[in-house]
Amino acid sequence: MLFLIIKRIFLGLITLFIVSLITFIGTEVLPGDACTTYLEREAYGAALEACYKRLGLDIPAYERYLSWAYNVIQGDFGYSLSGQMPINEVLGPRIKNSMVLASAAIIIGIPLALILGIITALWRDKLPDITISTITIFAMTIPEFISATLLILIVAIWLQWLPGIVIVPTDVTFFELLPNIILPVIAIAMIMTAHMARMVRSSVIQVMATDYVQMAILKGVPYWQMVFKHVLPNALLPAINVVALTIAWLLGGVVVTEVVFNYPGLGRLVIESISNRDLPTVQALAIILASIYVSINLIADLMTLMLNPRLKSLQIRK
Amino acid sequence: MEISKISEEKQKNLLSKVLEVLKTMASRPSGFIGLSILAFHILLAFLSPYLAPYDYKAIDPSLMLQAPSSEYWFGTDSLGRDVFTRTIMGGRTALTITFFGSIIALLWGGLLGIFCGLVGGKIDDVVMRIVDAFLSIPWILAMLLIVSLLGTSTEVLIPALGFFYGKGIVRVARAATHDVIAKDFIVSARARGHSNFSIIWNEIIPNVRDAILVEGAMRWSWMLLGFSSLSFLGFGVSPPTPDWGLMISNARGLMSFAYWSVIAPIVGLSSLIIGINLTADAFAKALGIDRSTKAPV
Amino acid sequence: MENIIHSVKNLSIGFRSKKNDEISILRNVTTNIKKGETVGIVGESGSGKSTLALAMMGYVKQGLYTIEGECLFESSNLLKMKNKDLEQIRGRKIAMIPQNAGQSLTPNLKIGYQIDEALRLHTKFNKNERDKKISELLNKVRLPSPETMAFRYPHELSGGQQQRVAVAMALAGKPDLLLLDEPTTGLDVTTQAHVLELLKFIAKDTGTSMVYVSHDLGAIAQVSDRIIVMYAGEIVLEGPARSILKSPIHPYTYGLLKSIPKLSLSGLPDSMPGSQPQPGNIGIGCSFYDRCKIAEDKCKKNSPSLEHILELQTSVRCFNYKNLKKFNDKINSITQKKNISKGVNEILNLTDVSISYAKQKILDQILNKITDTNPTVKDINIEIKKGETIALVGESGSGKSTILKSIAGLLKIKDGKIKFENDRVLSSDLKKRDSNDLRAIQLIFQNPDESLNPNHTVEQILSQPLKLYFSLTGNELKKKVAELLNKVRLGEFYMTRYPRQLSGGEKQRVAVARAFAAKPDIILCDEVTSALDVSVQAAVLNLLQTLKEDFGTTYIFVSHDLAVVRAISDRVAVLYQGRLCEIGPSKNVYQFPSHPYTEVLLGAVLEPDPDIKPKLVAKDIVEEKPPEKGCCFQGRCPRILGDKCKNETPPWQIGDDGNAIRCHISVEDLKKNQIKK
Repeated sequence: MLFLIIKRIFLGLITLFIVSLITFIGTEVLPGDACTTYLEREAYGAALEACYKRLGLDIPAYERYLSWAYNVIQGDFGYSLSGQMPINEVLGPRIKNSMVLASAAIIIGIPLALILGIITALWRDKLPDITISTITIFAMTIPEFISATLLILIVAIWLQWLPGIVIVPTDVTFFELLPNIILPVIAIAMIMTAHMARMVRSSVIQVMATDYVQMAILKGVPYWQMVFKHVLPNALLPAINVVALTIAWLLGGVVVTEVVFNYPGLGRLVIESISNRDLPTVQALAIILASIYVSINLIADLMTLMLNPRLKSLQIRK
Repeated sequence: MEISKISEEKQKNLLSKVLEVLKTMASRPSGFIGLSILAFHILLAFLSPYLAPYDYKAIDPSLMLQAPSSEYWFGTDSLGRDVFTRTIMGGRTALTITFFGSIIALLWGGLLGIFCGLVGGKIDDVVMRIVDAFLSIPWILAMLLIVSLLGTSTEVLIPALGFFYGKGIVRVARAATHDVIAKDFIVSARARGHSNFSIIWNEIIPNVRDAILVEGAMRWSWMLLGFSSLSFLGFGVSPPTPDWGLMISNARGLMSFAYWSVIAPIVGLSSLIIGINLTADAFAKALGIDRSTKAPV
Repeated sequence: MENIIHSVKNLSIGFRSKKNDEISILRNVTTNIKKGETVGIVGESGSGKSTLALAMMGYVKQGLYTIEGECLFESSNLLKMKNKDLEQIRGRKIAMIPQNAGQSLTPNLKIGYQIDEALRLHTKFNKNERDKKISELLNKVRLPSPETMAFRYPHELSGGQQQRVAVAMALAGKPDLLLLDEPTTGLDVTTQAHVLELLKFIAKDTGTSMVYVSHDLGAIAQVSDRIIVMYAGEIVLEGPARSILKSPIHPYTYGLLKSIPKLSLSGLPDSMPGSQPQPGNIGIGCSFYDRCKIAEDKCKKNSPSLEHILELQTSVRCFNYKNLKKFNDKINSITQKKNISKGVNEILNLTDVSISYAKQKILDQILNKITDTNPTVKDINIEIKKGETIALVGESGSGKSTILKSIAGLLKIKDGKIKFENDRVLSSDLKKRDSNDLRAIQLIFQNPDESLNPNHTVEQILSQPLKLYFSLTGNELKKKVAELLNKVRLGEFYMTRYPRQLSGGEKQRVAVARAFAAKPDIILCDEVTSALDVSVQAAVLNLLQTLKEDFGTTYIFVSHDLAVVRAISDRVAVLYQGRLCEIGPSKNVYQFPSHPYTEVLLGAVLEPDPDIKPKLVAKDIVEEKPPEKGCCFQGRCPRILGDKCKNETPPWQIGDDGNAIRCHISVEDLKKNQIKK
């Protein structure tokens, strides 16, 4: 068991290492660098060299990678080019804000997806299933920027119930933030819930068709006891990993949603730093987002390991 | 003579198979709706330059933000351009780029996946690790980076999208290959001494083809979603080319008093994405593949 | 009548096809189950027997519906009952023992919980009493260490143990009627005999009525008082077990019994032509018309009704059953195999072959060494003569398929040599064999569903070896494919069909044709008939025999079924845990004296004859690994001598008739002990 956990963590770290290499090489081989971007037309001669020296771009790439990686491991991402301040200071409040948004979406989304998925599976091809399934297809296919735009148009502009655009300073407190995040959370949660509900549905349907569920019925187990004891534990276990992948994938959606609502999170920072060609910040963002992805998947793997009696006893025996 | 007859027969079989699949797809209401929407959009993409009542880039400040009327069916935008014209033409770039992008994704993802599934071992481990690493970089970050550094020309967008959306196909193709490869008919072919190429071509591809095609259809809708998001963020099609994502982005600041210029492209883009999605769903069902268990990676 | 516990009346169950036609799976089934009796329902796959058993619990599978009729239990119709009321009957009054217990036990719940659940639902015991009852039940089904068994998960148990848990679970509610749906199918021969023995004991002990559903007449014969034979959704014969098995008066039952290979008879069983019609393809006449030897014109147009014959207490669905009576004396006769002249030349020689599945350590990988002191397969020495059929027999885990795979070059061997024709060493690496060696050895697999590419037509499937080995193209190729199809008794029109359009037997014929397309010297047959129905199995065995007589091919035939092996093979090698126990001419291996393991296997075979009872001599345990030293069979041997067997590898002894036995007990002693019994 311990060995498996260590192995998964190790694999996650390897993934992060490859990500760091990819982003570093990626930003390196592409034409144009921080100095040419920063200095624009004055990027020649002494000014350029001075800039290189200041940013340490005059030393070989692999050395820069090593010292950068060393600093990252220490938790130091270096200096942002555009803001002229430590990236850590730029990131801190942004991460917090995005976390608020994402966690709210997850806290609403997962239980809702479970309930909807189970309802649609148990009432398969009946009215509740047909209605909910049709809605989920729409919810999962429409891009976040469209649903977000429509939400603003309808709720904020026509009905004027909630603020449409978040106009708050970056370091806002949680309670000031709350009314502002309702619409973005709905926009993110909608697509995520729809995806997960569909997966839960098909997983439950698969389990409902197994021999052991038929056996439980033939044993005289009452319906709901069968659902909770025999169906759901087996249906939701494989769903954990898929749910994790969905959450990770939706990080991209968070970026777009933040832009639509002008929300001061990581997503808008992505757009800002890319527009400014602030490569150190972009690298930091890539590592952070990849770490989130890797850790979500790691947690899902570990949860599956803990909950699956098959794997559990396998470890005990060996 | 005889051989050509055989290959002719095979072609006929392929065509009749395609027709059969289309028929099965259209036999469900959702599949029929999806196919119709998709067909409508493809037709529109081909015909819109001839149907458009106005020049899509004709700017006229005097006609700014007009409400829908008999003259301008969907009204005009902030530069006085006809929203109807721009809406019916707004899917052309997106459709073209994502269509070719998905084909590229399908090809490299499918082939690499089959290869990894077949050879297994160390090569497989290394490739899958790299694919995993790419999967863990949010697509939007990677795309934005590529586009901002290399520009937004078609020559950049098609391979970039194709590459980024292909890595998920690698996994699917590899898993499908793994399923097939344990089957006795592959063992039988190996025991007979067929070459790896012959096994891939004759035994594996026909049996993983369906799964990969369905995956490709799915990628198409996600790629469209991704591409529109890029346009929306200002990193996709460059103006004045009409594009739904860009139109929504431009019009959204003014939607409190000119909602039409944002509604029209929203309807266009949403209907296309739903159409492709319903089609992909029906396609999967017609081929007997359940796609709802898969994560959108 | 008072003593009827369950009665099925005029029951038809079916489904709607895509074209909205009503297609019946069960047609007008009427029968009564009496208190305390055991009724065997026998039929091939697709005969509707499982649907009937489930309907008797008021359960109809999703997609199916009751067309008409009722299932009466305690004078209420289960098929119309509300779920709430059914919950009071299922598990309490009627209980089911499912076919595949491994898949019928919920994977995330411990054994104890699953039995406790049944107790909680159907008894009034309190917690302590229930705990005691669980141990009692587990004890009753003879599971080892019943106290700890309750804390284990289903996947930690062997197949036989899982089946026993299912029995315990069914007994928890003290049901009046037990339905058993193929409860021993998929188990090893010896395990199957033990489970069956347990079921018989339970029937006697509790006085429960039982309905035993199976395709296996051997198992049915051992347990049933009365037998119902089903064909294409109908009851075709129903009556006392003994008379049905000894003198069947329906042509299908007669043919079925003839087509079962029997241990007591050497030679191939008679086969029945064709296969059972699929639901929806059943004509207006008798459903058995196409395959019937005594059919007349009226059978084609009229469907016979079930006729009750009072003096025999038998119901039969046949116009001509009286004509069949005169055949009945011949039911135990069998056509002898032609004795084809076997060459004396050796074609394949396995010398000291060992095969290991153990993963190599990194260091050994570098040195390209396999270090495994206790490999899966060890010290196999077999010489195979040209033109003979040699069978490898054993239960699962005996290494028989592993040996086959390494002969085919699909698995590397650890030690030893495989020599082909004139002492040429055959590489165990496929890539190092030349094209002619590859051609010379062909494989036929167990499951034709998996061994044929579902996306190829029969023509494409058969073309593969022809193109590869003989570079045939165009007309020549097509002609050859047609020729091959004719050889396996399939018409040319099969060329354009896909595997999914063929029945199981037809698919296996295509697989046979594909193997013969290479003009091989040796064909490796891996359980080639075990996925087939009995009547189809006989036909495939006969086909293999005819082809062999025509081409002089050598067969290496792997099977777990001793009766099938008896029917087809010239020589038999008995394997246990990857070690050879006995080898010799088939006739002699099936006679005593034998290796104790052969004795155990032979004793466990279920014959479709109520007078031949299985003899259970060995311990009923499943070993996962062969012992490190000593005799491989020491763990289960009923005749173990003691330390000698545990420490020393037994020597080979040659028996009276040339069968070699690897045992510490002398042949004389074996003979004395075995024949006396």
